[in-house]
Amino acid sequence: MSLASRGKWPRLALMLYAILAYGFLFAPIAASFVFSLNADRFPTLPLSGFSFAWYEAILSDRAVWDALLNSLRVAFLTAILSTTFGFGAAYTDYRYNFFGKGAYLALALLPPTVPVLVLGLAMLAFLSRISLSGELYSVVIAHSVLATPFAMAIIRLRLSQIDPAIEGAAWNLGASPWRAMRYVILPFARPAIISALFLTMAVSFDEYAMAWFVSGLNETVPVRVLSILQGSVSPEINAIGSIVFTISIALVVLAQVIYTRNQNSQNRRMSH
Amino acid sequence: MPMTVKAAEMPQFEAGTATDPSDPESREHQPARSVSAFSLAFSMPVVVWQALFFLLPLAFLLVLTLWTVQSFRLIPDLSAANWARVYGTGFFWDAYLRTFALATSSAVLVSTIAFPLTYCIAFHLSANAQRLAVLLLVTPFFTSYLVRVYTWQAFLADEGLINSALAILGLGPLTMLNNVGGIFIGYATLCLPLVVLLQLMSMANVDRSLVEAAHNLCCSPLRTVFAVVIPASRVGLVLGALFCFILTFGDFVSPTYLGGGNPPTLGILITDFTKAGNQWPRAAVVAVTMVITLLVIAFAAVRFAYKTRRSAL
Repeated sequence: MSLASRGKWPRLALMLYAILAYGFLFAPIAASFVFSLNADRFPTLPLSGFSFAWYEAILSDRAVWDALLNSLRVAFLTAILSTTFGFGAAYTDYRYNFFGKGAYLALALLPPTVPVLVLGLAMLAFLSRISLSGELYSVVIAHSVLATPFAMAIIRLRLSQIDPAIEGAAWNLGASPWRAMRYVILPFARPAIISALFLTMAVSFDEYAMAWFVSGLNETVPVRVLSILQGSVSPEINAIGSIVFTISIALVVLAQVIYTRNQNSQNRRMSH
Repeated sequence: MPMTVKAAEMPQFEAGTATDPSDPESREHQPARSVSAFSLAFSMPVVVWQALFFLLPLAFLLVLTLWTVQSFRLIPDLSAANWARVYGTGFFWDAYLRTFALATSSAVLVSTIAFPLTYCIAFHLSANAQRLAVLLLVTPFFTSYLVRVYTWQAFLADEGLINSALAILGLGPLTMLNNVGGIFIGYATLCLPLVVLLQLMSMANVDRSLVEAAHNLCCSPLRTVFAVVIPASRVGLVLGALFCFILTFGDFVSPTYLGGGNPPTLGILITDFTKAGNQWPRAAVVAVTMVITLLVIAFAAVRFAYKTRRSAL
């Protein structure tokens, strides 16, 4: 695809630029791993000795464990709620035309475009009026609002690959819409549903602003990180970050493996 | 690697909803003949949930601006005092202008930094390398922004990594933390991957024959970029800049931990009013002002992105 293949130097310069840009993006990610294993509190060159001290520190820290448990609970419930809502919205957009559909889609998709601080404040004020703030489920409510659009987008993409005649054929053959949903749409959308579950889990796991506002005393991991940041410099953050990154990437890879396997077996079935 | 497809198309879908009443594929379905329990079961949960926990809280924010605080308790009221108080102070307007200027310049700066990278991915990489490039752009979304900002502190501090490297070379020290430069590094960390992905979704669809034609007409590579590639990928460029503006306008992490937090941005004002001052109504005034600003900017940007193209040459 070497359209601009005249001129070797511009191409080389562009490649070099791209490498630098990726370097910029990955420098903090890679450095965080390195610092988490470095004995120094303030990393300088040359780096001092190798140490597991920061990992030991967080593993023996009750607050970090509580935060991790809270984060996992919130992420799990958020994933289920927002994937359910996202599926409903995606299916509605795929199947129906109706008056006010634009407003419907806006309502389903807009939350990520509002700054999380504004959403956090709005949630805090509103939820505390109806006595729902300061609890773990307050964070679940806030995160599910934010994550639903992501679930919807992924599932909607998958639904647009379905042959629209298939569901109609099932209806014509006497299947109720519910049965067609159960035996045609859901199996087809399954890989996207699984991806959506994992992605919304990751969105929730990383969100700090809304969680900080509404969680009260129930810190999640990012809120814990925020409070360490506000206190003193501590490489514990790098250790927490490295563990969280590993968990997130593991979730994503897992979702991909499941997605690919499902899609392959489905394609095989369809080609028979 | 379906993940790359998913990630690349996700923003495309969000962006597409702004203009797609004529989505060809939704016309193929038969519209629902009647409202059934089945259709309601799928369409309504999201409406109820988002109305209750997205629209209602935002609406309540507007009401809250009129309430008053007496001895740390919120009193329902219809008072314009919070608006007068916040809008009457110089430091609010300083913060507003500062935040607006920071977000605008980061939208321009990050878009400019992103463009050559997007161009390189779109025009100079093989299909496989493109997928890898996109996958790498998605990875930062799964790392904590807070942790990355914290790590930048270690790089940029006066006795940090970069300055200790400079010292070995007998240079420096440079002040890179607690100033505007630090803020922009944080903003680029936050926005660059998303901006490249949004630009890419437009640039990947630029008609290759247009570029070929420009070459055949002996248009210089640089002129081809300005006369063909940029106009043809305008939607992605504008949406990239818009999302960069939205994200940075509302961010408090980079201005606080890389910019030193002083003078404050609007985001810092909100956290201060809410967390320290217990002045929720005043924080709400700031928040409502932010939302209105973003609505105006987003509306203008989307109109500009999708307006019918006049001759670009």
